[in-house]
Amino acid sequence: MKILVALKQVPDTETKIKVAADGRSLDPADVKWITGPYDEYALEEAIRIKEAKGADVVALSVGGDSAKEVLRNALALGADSAVLLKGDGQGDAFAVAQMIAAFAQGKGFDLIFCGNKGIGGDNAAMGPMLAELMGIAQANVIVKLELGQGTFRAEREIEGGSEVVEGALPAVITAQKGLNEPRYASLKGIMAAKKKTIEELDATSAPAVAVVSSLALPPERPAGRLLAGEPAAQAQALLQALKDEAKVF
Amino acid sequence: MILVFCELKDGKIRKPSTEALSAGRRLADASGQPLGALFAGASCAGAAEAAKYGADVILTAEGATLGSYSSDAYAQLVADAVKAKGATVLLAGATAMGKDVAPRAAARMGAGYASDVTGLSMVEGKLQAVRPVYAGKAFATITFTSAVQVASTRPNVFPVVEKAGPGAVESVPAPAGDFKSVVKEILAKAGGKVDLTEANVIISGGRGMKNGDNFKILEELADALGGVVGASRAAVDADWGLPHSMQVGQTGKVVSPTLYIACGISGAIQHLAGMSGSKFIVAINKDPEAPIFKVASYGIVGDLFDVVPELTKAAKAMGVGKG
Ligand SMILES: Cc1cc2nc3c(=O)[nH]c(=O)nc-3n(C[C@H](O)[C@H](O)[C@H](O)COP(=O)(O)OP(=O)(O)OC[C@H]3O[C@@H](n4cnc5c(N)ncnc54)[C@H](O)[C@@H]3O)c2cc1C
Ligand SMILES: Cc1cc2nc3c(=O)[nH]c(=O)nc-3n(C[C@H](O)[C@H](O)[C@H](O)COP(=O)(O)OP(=O)(O)OC[C@H]3O[C@@H](n4cnc5c(N)ncnc54)[C@H](O)[C@@H]3O)c2cc1C
Repeated sequence: MKILVALKQVPDTETKIKVAADGRSLDPADVKWITGPYDEYALEEAIRIKEAKGADVVALSVGGDSAKEVLRNALALGADSAVLLKGDGQGDAFAVAQMIAAFAQGKGFDLIFCGNKGIGGDNAAMGPMLAELMGIAQANVIVKLELGQGTFRAEREIEGGSEVVEGALPAVITAQKGLNEPRYASLKGIMAAKKKTIEELDATSAPAVAVVSSLALPPERPAGRLLAGEPAAQAQALLQALKDEAKVF
Repeated sequence: MILVFCELKDGKIRKPSTEALSAGRRLADASGQPLGALFAGASCAGAAEAAKYGADVILTAEGATLGSYSSDAYAQLVADAVKAKGATVLLAGATAMGKDVAPRAAARMGAGYASDVTGLSMVEGKLQAVRPVYAGKAFATITFTSAVQVASTRPNVFPVVEKAGPGAVESVPAPAGDFKSVVKEILAKAGGKVDLTEANVIISGGRGMKNGDNFKILEELADALGGVVGASRAAVDADWGLPHSMQVGQTGKVVSPTLYIACGISGAIQHLAGMSGSKFIVAINKDPEAPIFKVASYGIVGDLFDVVPELTKAAKAMGVGKG
């Protein structure tokens, strides 16, 4: 079995967002970069399948040189090989999907794992787009996965519960928290990863069709008000304010 | 045409779809185009209701094969309908289904896609979308270079506007079987409450709740206020038996209710990311220095185990949860 895992390098969730001088992108100063939190579940699932049934796991990222960190970490965790598709960083989810599709087409991947969304872009779009471009099945926001003979059965999170999706492999599976508990890299894994090479390829050119034309910080929230008194008085004052000032009720 | 992919539940149009239809009507008026509503399923009974929200045409794809949702089949029929009608804008509510089908349909059409948008306008005949990025820590304005422009609308953001339209019903072809994936079964959660992303009132508990059983007092307040209960990641990860679907924040649900009440939640940046789009925020915390107070419209410094039951009592006395 051949498995591809798409990993995106994203700003740490602690990041305080500052807008760059161009007015449309993130100011990269002081940003700490991490592997997309959902992509960690994607990689873990691939490694578990490899451990259970045997598989060749390829980790892939589209990005600049710094994305190698994400790939190095994936190798340390158990990916067999890693590929960096060098792009100019200007792509939208559709551009990234086209780049990954061009790479993956014809390579015989049975499963392609993604995060259900990248932290930052938050489009939750790359996986379904990739599935469509490759003409294969998708199962999105997955919390449980079982594989059969050339088939899959996946539990996907929906409003107020979950639903079971069944389909044929190959398939794109996008991971949600709950799918598994990602492991930490072992010292042995980290040492072994240092010796592996990360293959670097130029990504096919694919311009963004959904373009960020400006980026802005949200308006400051108006200053709030503390409600004083004993709990009963505070409760009464709150409901009155919600009713009269906020008109929530 | 502005085309809106709509979902039916028990023969009624789901609220996120009525919000998308209302947003679509506004775009249609702004650009002098008709508004279409697209439905798919084994039966589309109830689709006619789209006329109430200004649909000029109601397209129905009906077929036994569409009884269960299939990502690839639905994406195909949506893309086919866009093409058949020459639509330039495709909208869907950013629901589980909308977020599954819209990007796949967009890729099929080579169209740009903006997910979970909170603002939509027509500028010189082209769609412009505003959407939160970095989980709401910033907002991006998106413009499109593709002929077809696709967006999913974040639930609870776009007002529902009733404005009768002609609503001429027309059937469109349903793809034949042999789909790549199909939904086999729906495992509903007990209670059947509305999802956090669609809730108007959310009461969330954090580590300050101390254990899972104590969430009962939040449930009682939620019942009194007509809301649903959410949680911080610390609470979800604490083995209190709370499902991840309750988690609000950067790696949980991003919510935008009218009222968000945070109980025993400190207000970490990842939590704020998920709820700072709420219209009104109430913080109940015993630590006056807790960062949650910085985003709160109303703050109560106190012990939540004293305050929350008082709130429930007062809410019941005022009978506020009816509206
Ligand atoms: C300077 C700059 C300018 C940019 N301009 C734009 C722009 O104009 N418009 C725009 O939409 N985007 C732009 N981006 C790119 C954007 O950050 C994303 O790469 C892209 O939009 C998809 O990210 P997402 O997180 O929304 O994807 P999602 O669809 O949320 O990602 C889902 C999953 O897909 C996979 N994935 C996504 N991206 C990658 C990747 N690069 N490599 C490997 N796997 C991946 C991951 O598994 C991820 O969990 C720009 C980025 C930079 C640095
Ligand atoms: C990659 C990553 C992703 C994350 N994603 C999320 C996410 O999606 N959502 C999220 O919530 N967090 C997320 N976090 C975690 C986040 O950083 C915080 O750890 C978490 O939000 C803290 O939860 P809390 O406020 O419930 O707990 P704490 O920070 O421990 O706060 C508990 C609060 O309860 C108050 N309290 C205690 N007892 C009482 C009482 N009796 N009455 C009143 N107040 C009381 C205390 O004063 C304190 O302020 C993420 C972290 C990382 C690293």
